[in-house]
Amino acid sequence: MTGYFLRRAAGALAVLLVLSVVVYATFYIAPGDPARLACGPRCNPEQIAQVRAQLSLGDPVYVQYWHFLQGIFAGHDYSTGTAVLHCDAPCFGLSYQNNQQVTDMLIERLPATASLAVGAMAVALLLGTATGLLSALRRGGITERVLTWLTLAGTATPVFISGLGLLMLFCAYLAWLPFPAYVPLTEDPEQWAWNMLLPWAALGLLESAKYARLMRSSTLETLAEDHIRTFRAYGVAERKLVTRHALRGAVAPVVALSAADFGSMFGGAVLTEMMFGLPGIGALLVHATTTLDLPVVVAVVMVTGTAVVIANIVADVLYAAADRRVALR
Amino acid sequence: MTTELLITAEPEAGTAPASGTRQVLRRLRARKSALAAAAVLGLLVLLALAAPLLAAIEGQDPNTYHDALVDSARGGVPFGDFGGVSAEHWLGVEPGTGRDLFVRLAYGARVSLLVALGATAVQILIGVGVGLAAALGNRLVESLLTHVTDVMVAMPLLVFAIALMAVVPADFPRPVLLVIAIGLLAWGGMARLVRAQTLSLMKLDFVSAARLTGGSTWRLARRELLPSLAAPVITYAAVLLPTNIVLEASMSFLGVGVKPPTPSWGHMLSTATTWFRADPMYVLLPALMLFVTTLAFTVLGDGVRAALDPREASRLRVGRNRRKARTSGAGGTA
Repeated sequence: MTGYFLRRAAGALAVLLVLSVVVYATFYIAPGDPARLACGPRCNPEQIAQVRAQLSLGDPVYVQYWHFLQGIFAGHDYSTGTAVLHCDAPCFGLSYQNNQQVTDMLIERLPATASLAVGAMAVALLLGTATGLLSALRRGGITERVLTWLTLAGTATPVFISGLGLLMLFCAYLAWLPFPAYVPLTEDPEQWAWNMLLPWAALGLLESAKYARLMRSSTLETLAEDHIRTFRAYGVAERKLVTRHALRGAVAPVVALSAADFGSMFGGAVLTEMMFGLPGIGALLVHATTTLDLPVVVAVVMVTGTAVVIANIVADVLYAAADRRVALR
Repeated sequence: MTTELLITAEPEAGTAPASGTRQVLRRLRARKSALAAAAVLGLLVLLALAAPLLAAIEGQDPNTYHDALVDSARGGVPFGDFGGVSAEHWLGVEPGTGRDLFVRLAYGARVSLLVALGATAVQILIGVGVGLAAALGNRLVESLLTHVTDVMVAMPLLVFAIALMAVVPADFPRPVLLVIAIGLLAWGGMARLVRAQTLSLMKLDFVSAARLTGGSTWRLARRELLPSLAAPVITYAAVLLPTNIVLEASMSFLGVGVKPPTPSWGHMLSTATTWFRADPMYVLLPALMLFVTTLAFTVLGDGVRAALDPREASRLRVGRNRRKARTSGAGGTA
């Protein structure tokens, strides 16, 4: 078990290193002056020169990359001409356009992203496993056909359409809910929940379609297995057969997928965040891309990549925990 | 191009001697939902191809402003019912600018389909190349490519695609950039599929025979493997197409995709968010186009997958007898 984790951790680290090389190369060796891009459109030549010195753009590329890595693991000191600005590890550099450390910007955006991810995942899992299970057990009936069509429609609807529909229905016409405006959980839990309701529903509905399809197929597969047939031959009641014996194996891939998806929601729920005006990491990425704030873009990509890699390890562990036949090697 | 098979579903597109192309098409035709989806997509392709012609018939073009048609006193809401529907403007006009909505939607279909098809073609090229190389290459090549593929599959596509938009010069044509970005980032699934399929093909007699007669690996791949890979690759491409359409729309919605004034459904939807109270038609039309298109592609893709899946075919023969189907319990499909 320990060996397994060590190997996975080493693998993850290697992946992230490669990712960082690729990202760094794409963003800082690509055509265009990175100092000018990082500094923003309103910079004068002296400021650009200072940025160039701080990014050590005069050095060879591998030295620049080394500084970048060093910043992430050990922090970095930036000279601002008169004083020295210390940037703690993990340091993703400075956003000159916002005059702020990139790491701080990410931390600021984390609560909104986390709120969305947790709630939407809960909605998606509950709804997805329930519909998937139902459609597998009612196989061949009208229920299955209706559910199949609903999930097909669900996968075909981008979140900015379902989100827009929810907004129009609940905020404009029915006026049951206020137009979502993010309220931090620590400030007012009740308002937080009310305002997150629509984003949760929109993203949760979309994701649930995927889980429903997976749950349906994995339930059917489990029910067709030999040990279930044996139980059935021994006269175990159908309800008990499903709840006691089949569910566990059927739910394993769903749990694993949800863990992996959870990772990509950190940064990956760009559309939902933009749709509902949530100040999350995905929204930060879009803003940084349109303003060409390269240090922020690089940081979001790296953080999202890290979250995904970690989530995939967690997914494999959860799969093994849910389905004992799978051994971690 | 192989992907055209999905839209037209014409027999002549399937020239590859895949196992029973005719049989697959017959099975596909037996599914009413797939037929309906193919019909919808056919209309859509017609709309996209004939966009300039239709614009000429209507007497409009996508980029002319009609200030007289919008009520500047109410912030630019179109005059008239349903967003200004009239004989001159079949689906009304865009709020604020008064540009003709029908023509913009038709031209938007062009962008959407072109980007999606182009990206799918790039995905097929890279995916088949990498998948074949991973299956046929030596151990080093195999483990390297498999690892790269794993990483590509795991990474959140949208994040990378958005980030890529930040480094490419602004004057680079955006639709081409979108094709490259989506194609370069999202080939992992295809490569995985091709590798797995190739590995199982390698165990078959006709491939062993070809290897024993001493042809080169390249010849083996081209003459023996590629024809048999056509069916699964087409199936997977059918799954990729709607995803790519949604990706293009998403990027344009976020303002990092196709640039205005080029019409794009996603971009229309993003401006529509400020108009949905005053002019609901402006939200509904692009939303409907996008929804119908992706749904049709998804349904057709589902149909193609089922038609190519021998297990599914045998299940159809079993009929809708619930008990029978449940106890026979063939493997999952989704």
